[in-house]
Amino acid sequence: MKYAIMINEGPYNHQASDTAYNFCKAALDKGHEIIRVFFYHDGVNNATRLGVPPQDDRNITEKWVALGKEHDLDLSVCVAAAQRRGLLDEGEAQRWGKDVNNIAEVFHITGLGQLVEACIQADRLVEFGD
Amino acid sequence: MAILHTVNKSPYEKTSLESCVQRSDAGAAILLIEDGVYAALAGGAKAELVKAALADRKVFVLEPDLKARGLADQALIEGVESVDFDGFVDLTTQYDQVNAWL
Repeated sequence: MKYAIMINEGPYNHQASDTAYNFCKAALDKGHEIIRVFFYHDGVNNATRLGVPPQDDRNITEKWVALGKEHDLDLSVCVAAAQRRGLLDEGEAQRWGKDVNNIAEVFHITGLGQLVEACIQADRLVEFGD
Repeated sequence: MAILHTVNKSPYEKTSLESCVQRSDAGAAILLIEDGVYAALAGGAKAELVKAALADRKVFVLEPDLKARGLADQALIEGVESVDFDGFVDLTTQYDQVNAWL
């Protein structure tokens, strides 16, 4: 089955990012396909490569990156939500004259059109958030 | 068309479970996840909500989230079924749509 996943809550906030990650892992292990994980609203904060959680805590961004690499996942970050919250890739940082970019590898910046497209192509949309 | 509803907040914190029970149809399923698992406990002040749903809907609870809260040994409302993440995925295939009450 084809899944689109939507995450609306930041990491370390409540539990949505962890639940979404565990759901994705279980679905992939069962042989399902995840056509896109769409990070929206505060969910875009999952994509920062500058997070440094304590050593005995999980690094949610690194977990997404590892899962993304293993399964060639499309980890899409909403551009408008990202700009508001200071999540910039190299191109966006240049465009806005910022001195740094902070999007982790595998993640990439897209728009709401990609969410709509994923909803059309997927058999199920599963949403996680606050 | 049968819908799988997910509820992730405690019924003692938010009214999302109440809204879900009021508005979901017979034949639907409700999956309690994250803080939503508190609603699955027998003897809770909001147990009637889940019992009302169980009359014509299935109610599931995510076992890892019970464990994370130290509730794995607590009695659940009769009829509530435990699932793990594999079971969560299976439920999304068995129902036609997934609706998150966020």
